[in-house]
Order: sequence, then structure tokens, then C-alpha cells
Amino acid sequence: MKAQSRFILTVLAFGYAFLYIPLASVVFYSFNASRLATVWGGFSTRWYGALFENQQVLDALYLSLKIAITSATLATILGTMSGFVLARFGRFKGRTLLSGMVTSPMVMPEVITGLSLLLLFVSLQQLIGWPGQRGFSTITIAHTTFSLAYVAIIVQSRLIAMDESLEEAAMDLGGRPLRVVFDITLPLIAPAMIAGWLLSFTLSLDDLVIASFVSGPGSTTLPMYIFSKVKLGVSPDINALASIIIAVVSIGVALAWLVTRRSAKH
Amino acid sequence: MASSLDKNTELWRQVAVAAPYLWLLIFFLAPFAIILKISLADPILAQPPYTPSFDSDGSPTFTLGNYAFLLSDKLYAVTYLRSVLMALVTTTLCLLLGFPMAYGIARSSPSTRSLLLLLIVLPFWISFLLRVYAWMGLMSNYGTINNFLIWTGLIDQPLTIMYTDFATAVGLTYSYLPFMILPLYASLERMDIDLVEAAQDLGASRARAFWDITWPLAKPGTIAGCLLVFIPAMGEYVTPYLLGGPDSLFIGRVLFDEFFNNRDWPLASAVAVVLLLILIVPIIFLQRAQARDQETVA
Repeated sequence: MKAQSRFILTVLAFGYAFLYIPLASVVFYSFNASRLATVWGGFSTRWYGALFENQQVLDALYLSLKIAITSATLATILGTMSGFVLARFGRFKGRTLLSGMVTSPMVMPEVITGLSLLLLFVSLQQLIGWPGQRGFSTITIAHTTFSLAYVAIIVQSRLIAMDESLEEAAMDLGGRPLRVVFDITLPLIAPAMIAGWLLSFTLSLDDLVIASFVSGPGSTTLPMYIFSKVKLGVSPDINALASIIIAVVSIGVALAWLVTRRSAKH
Repeated sequence: MASSLDKNTELWRQVAVAAPYLWLLIFFLAPFAIILKISLADPILAQPPYTPSFDSDGSPTFTLGNYAFLLSDKLYAVTYLRSVLMALVTTTLCLLLGFPMAYGIARSSPSTRSLLLLLIVLPFWISFLLRVYAWMGLMSNYGTINNFLIWTGLIDQPLTIMYTDFATAVGLTYSYLPFMILPLYASLERMDIDLVEAAQDLGASRARAFWDITWPLAKPGTIAGCLLVFIPAMGEYVTPYLLGGPDSLFIGRVLFDEFFNNRDWPLASAVAVVLLLILIVPIIFLQRAQARDQETVA
């Protein structure tokens, strides 16, 4: 292996600095005692304390977590089904439409997805009286729809990369197809399903635009709360909130990395 | 094998196809039909605020008025063009920064490589909104960048960085950079570096070796990366709002404002339909590229 050229090393250093300096800056200023978010007024953890007493933040966090867990679970079930069908059922009628519908939500601009789903919910309400109130259920449905795509892609690529011979051997030995799916296939694709669930969970916690469209009065998710505050400019308690999120995500990702590295070594 | 499928299995097979199919038909495809329908209605002061598709006597009430308005008002044409332009600038910046980064990651030793990749993916797991917000703290008039420049004595008055197109482009590049690097890395990683070195040993110049060997191999990743950045950047709402300031014209913002502030649902729907028409070619292109990629992996 040849040493990297100086140009490549410089770009790498610049690129990683570009990715991480903004995050480091937020964490740094979250310990700022001053109310003016960008003037250093000494070290303090007061904004962290203020956060835990802010009922609005806690309510929004609770709603966001509830939506994220429900939609990630639904998306994992439906996404695994789609990925399995696309990878293992060969050519069937309507396959092209299904694969198109699975991948499209991933690239659709959020404003279009949000608007189209809201218009659907409004039309449904006129037709069948459901959903009476927009909030938890409508946001969960919206998040499931776009997360499903990511789960399907992950599961599908895992199944394509995986040798089909194990499943065939089990079949040849007289295993019933359904047993084979539950005893052989599912355990093999479990890592892909877990990755898909985590990704869906994160995407749901992250979404602002689609939730803004399909939520109703009284249903404020955490990103909606954050957006309503940062619209007005930089604020110290949002710095603290951002730092907590950065810390939780970094620890989670680092742990996942260590676990997969250890299991890869064995 | 069909003989071994008992009735129970066949039922499960059908459920596995039908459940995601129905879900996506109702919650993904049907909404587009509704957008199209409402874009052909007139706005009225009612709940919901648009005219029904049929009169009381059953005759259709479709109108192309919203589209005619979009075409006649120069503001919309300018906004669409500016969004395309900003998305192109973002894509170019991501490619210029992302290509050498992906190349460097693909060429580093396996253990460093997994750490470098992890550091590319990590910001992606941290809230999108908060990453854009982080730039507000850096770029505002009394933000970190200006404080630093004043401290070093390079400038004595803060520079206006926030609320410019430059700020929006930086924010968009920052948000979408991982989308560029990951597919590029995937295609560069498959490349056999010995090929480049062999070409150079045989007397090919660096540029020649790049164009003849690296570039053809990197092309699928480059196309996928560019589309994955361009398509969502076109419809962005949050970044232009927070970094571009109140006057930044972005089609995603116009749609949002038309819907929430002006409550003109039919016009917002027409804006969405036109945006989708602009994006349909790149979206189909991306799906073809991904389908081909899946086949080569298999």
C-alpha cells in the first residue's frame, strides 16, 4: 500500500474539520454561563438544569419517542416483508410497482411527502371520518411510510448478498417453507432488521418537515419545538439539548462499532 | 418446490406481498393522486379550503388556473431556477470535497478505514435540524467565525455571513456530504489499486491513470452520489429558512408558505406537482442506477 498523497491527506483533514467543528462549537457553548449564546461568560451547567425543568421539552420528547418507537417497529415489520418479497419471490405481477413505491419515498422531497399525506388525511376524514384528530397516529403513519423504504433496502441487500443454499438445504431436508423462514432466514437477517429499526427510529426522531404538515394542534414533536425556538436565533438551552443528543448518539454509535468489530474478529 | 407449499404457506406468502403493497398504495401512491386533484381546484374560504371536483349537478370543475398562475408570475419561475441552481452548486461542492475524501478513505488501511467511515456516518445520526443550527452559532454576526477573525486582528467589523446564499450553500453541503461520500466510497473500494499503480509504472501520467482507470470505476458511485444530493437539496425547507434568511427564495419554502401562511392549498399542490415534474427524470435515473447496482452485487 502506497502512502497517501499530500493532497488527499489535506482534503481529509479539511473534510473532517468541516464535519466536526460545528458540533464541537455547539457543545462548547452549551457550557456558557452567559445568556448571550456566543459571548463567553464563564463555565456553567445551568442550561442543562433548565432543560430538565422545561415541561414543554419533556412533553415534546415523550411524544417524539412514542412516535419513533411505534413507527420504527411498524416500518421494520413492513419493510422486512417488502425486502423479503423483492429478494426472494422472483418476478411476480406488480413487482416493478412495489419496488418503485419502496424506493421512491427515500428520495422524495420532504415538503411533497408532507403535503401529500396531509391532503390524504384531510380527504379520508371527509370520506370516512378518520382520522378525527391529527397527531400521534398521523405522524406515526407518515414516519412508517418513509422509514419502511430504508428497512426494505437494507433487508433486501442482505438477502441478495446471503447464500440461498442454507435455506434450500433446509427445504431439501424436509423443512416446511414457513419453518425455514422463521428458523433459518429470520435469524440470518436479524442484524439487518436491527440496523433498519435503529435507522427508522433515528429518522423519525429527526423529522421536522413531514411532522409539521401532518400534526395537529397540541401535538408538538421535539424537532418542532426546537425549530420554533431556533427560528428566533441561537439559544443557550437548545445548545444544551443539542449537546445531550450529540453525546447520546456518539456513545451509541461507538458502542455499536466496538460490538460489530469484536464479532467480526471472532 | 411448488408442491411443498402447503395452503398455510401460500397464505403467508400472500400476506407478505399484500401488507406492504396496500400500505404503500394508500399512504404513498394515493396521496399523489390527491395532490394532482387538488392542484386542479380553486381555493375557497371553507373547510377544506378548495372547491370540490364536481358541481352539485355532477359536472366536473377542474381548472388549470393554478398552473397558468405559476407560469405567468415570474416569481415562481425565478424561484424554481434558483432552487435548481443552488442544488447544483451544493452537488458540485459535495463532489469536490467528497471525491478526494472517499478516495482517501478507500485507500487507507482496513482498521483506519472503518473508523474514518464511522466518522462520516456519525453526523448523519445526529439530528439534521441541530446540524443546521450548529452553523447558525458559527456564522452569525457575533458567532464563532467572526469572533475568531476579530480576535486574530484580520478584520475589525464582523462579516455578514449569515442570511446569504453562501451560508445556505455551506449548510446544504454540510448536511448532504455523507450522501455523496458513501456511494463514492462503495464504488472506489471495489477498485483494485494495483491497476492504477501498474498504469503509472508503465509510464501513464497521474492524470492519464485517473481518467482511464479510476474515473470509469468511480462513475456509478459519482452518479448515485450526485443524485442523492441534488434531489433532496432541491426541495429543502429548513436550511434556506435558518441560514438563508427571510428573503431566500427556495421552492420548498414557497410551497410551505403558500400552504401554511396563505392557506392556498390548490396553489401549494400545483407548486408540488411542478417540482415533482422537474425531479421525475433524476429520480427515475437514480432508481435505474440502483437497480443495476443491486444486480452487479448479486
